[in-house]
Amino acid sequence: MNLALDILTIVAVSLGAIFFLAGTVGLLRFPDTLTRLHALTKADNLGLGLVVLGLLPQVSAPLAALGLLAVWLLALLSGATVGQLLAGTASAPDQDRAETPARHAGASHD
Amino acid sequence: MTEFLLGAAAFVLGTVALGLIRLLRGPGHADRMLAAQLLGTGGVAALLLLGVATGVGAIVEVALLLALLAAFASVAFVSGIHRPDGLGTASGTEHAAPGSSDENKRDTP
Amino acid sequence: MTSALVVDAALALLVLGLALWVISTRAAYSAVVGFVAYGLLMAIVWVRLAAVDVAMTEAALGTGLTGLLLLGAAARLAPYEAAEVSSRPGRGLRMLIGLLCAAIALGLAAVVLMLPDPAPTLALLVAENLPPTGVGNPVTGVLLAHRAIDTLLESVVLIPALIGVWSVAADPAWGGRPGSLPRPQSGSALTLLAQVLPPFGILIGIHLVWNGADDPGGKFQGATVLAAMWILVLIAGLREPPAVRDQRLRVLLVIGALVFIGIGVAGIWLADAFLAYPEGYAKPLILAIEAVLTLSIALTLGLLLAGPPANDHRSGGRS
Repeated sequence: MNLALDILTIVAVSLGAIFFLAGTVGLLRFPDTLTRLHALTKADNLGLGLVVLGLLPQVSAPLAALGLLAVWLLALLSGATVGQLLAGTASAPDQDRAETPARHAGASHD
Repeated sequence: MTEFLLGAAAFVLGTVALGLIRLLRGPGHADRMLAAQLLGTGGVAALLLLGVATGVGAIVEVALLLALLAAFASVAFVSGIHRPDGLGTASGTEHAAPGSSDENKRDTP
Repeated sequence: MTSALVVDAALALLVLGLALWVISTRAAYSAVVGFVAYGLLMAIVWVRLAAVDVAMTEAALGTGLTGLLLLGAAARLAPYEAAEVSSRPGRGLRMLIGLLCAAIALGLAAVVLMLPDPAPTLALLVAENLPPTGVGNPVTGVLLAHRAIDTLLESVVLIPALIGVWSVAADPAWGGRPGSLPRPQSGSALTLLAQVLPPFGILIGIHLVWNGADDPGGKFQGATVLAAMWILVLIAGLREPPAVRDQRLRVLLVIGALVFIGIGVAGIWLADAFLAYPEGYAKPLILAIEAVLTLSIALTLGLLLAGPPANDHRSGGRS
C-alpha cells in the first residue's frame, strides 16, 4: 500500500515537473504574448495541481492535506484572473499596430 | 522519498528560473509579468515540495501566502497600465490608450 | 548534503544576478517586475535559511504591497522617464557612486566575515526566558515581551508615515477620499477576484495573527494580508476608500498604539516596569495587543497605499 502511494507520488510529481518544464519552454519559445500566456496558464495550473496531487499521500494530517489543496485552489483562481487581465493588456495595444505580426515573426527566430 | 521531493523542488525552481530569460528579453511589459508569474507558481510548487519533504508545516504556509498574493502584482501591473490619471482627466480610456502603447514602443528594441 | 549546497549556491547566484539586472535596467517598469520576482526568490532564500517568519513577511510585503506601490510609482513617473534618462549624470559621477556603493557592500561583507566563531548570539538567553511569556514562537516572544519597546516604536512610526503621505494633499482636497489608487477599466475578472479572494484572505490573515503565538506568523504578516485584501476591493471599485476626515477611521488608526502604550504604562504599577506584563497574564495581554495592532496596522498600510486625499472627480456625483 505504501509502495503504491509512493509510486503515485513519484509519477504525479514528475509529471508536474514536466509541465513546469513545458510551461517554461513555451514561455521562452512561443512567438507572441498571447501564446506565451496560454503556455504559462495551462502549464503552471496543471503542474502545480499534479505536484499537489503527488504530495497528498505524503502528508498524514487531514488539515495539512487541506492546506495543500487550498494552495492549489488559490493558484487556480489567481491564475485564471491574471490570465484574463494580462490578455487584456496584451491584446489592446496590438490591435492598432499593423507591423505586429512581422515583428513577432522576427522575434521568434532569435 | 525525501531526496526525490527535494530533487523535484530543485528541478522545478531551476526550470522556472530559466523562464526569467523572458524577463530580460521582454519585449513587452506583459511578457515580463508572465515570467514573474511563472516564477511565482514554480516557487509555490518548490515550497510545497520542500515543506512536505522536511516536514516543516510553516513552509506550506509561506506557499499559501505566495499563492494568495500571486495575483496581486499582476493586478497592480494591469491597473498601472490603465492608470487613469493622477493629473485629473475625467475619462480614463483616452488617457490609458496612448500611455500603454508608448510603454510598449519604448521597450521594443 | 552537497547537492543541497549546490542548489543553494545556484539560488544565491540567481538572486545576485537578478538584483544586478534590476539595478542596471533602464525602464522603470521592467525593473519593478524584476523586483517582484526578486522578492519571490528572497522568500525562498529565507525559507532555506530556516527564517520562516522573515520569509512570510517577504512573501506578503515583497510580492504584494511593495509591487503595487512601485508599479504605481513607475506609472506616475513614466511621462518624465525619457527626460530623466537623457539628463543622466556624467561618467565620473557614476563611477564615483559605483565605487562608494561597492565600498559599502565590501565593508558589510567584511563585517560579516570577521564575526567571531561562534557568532555572538542571544538565542540561548531567549530560549531560556521564553516559557514565562507563554508564547511558543521565539520571534513573537522577542518582539512583544523581551524587546517590546522596539515593536511599540515600529507600530507608532507607521502613523507619522501616514501623516507624511496625507500632508502632500492639495489644500482643497484635504479631508476627502484618498485618490492615488489605480482604477483599471472595469474588468469582470478583477471584480470576480475581488469578490472571491477576500474571504479566504481575511481567514488566512487572522490565522497568521493567531498562529503567530506558537508558530511562524504574526501581526505584521497578518495585517499585510488584510491590507492587501482591502486594497484589492478598492482597486476593483467595489468600495470607496474612506474620507480622511472620518473620526472613526482616525480612532481605529491609533487604537493599536494606544492600547500598547496603555498596557505598557499599566505595567509600571502592576509589574514594576514600563511594558512589563504582570505574572501569568503575559500571553492574554500579548494576544490583545496583537489583535488591536493588527487592525491598526492593516488600516495604516492600506491607507499608505491609497495615497493622499485627492479631489474626487470620478465619483463626483455621489459625494
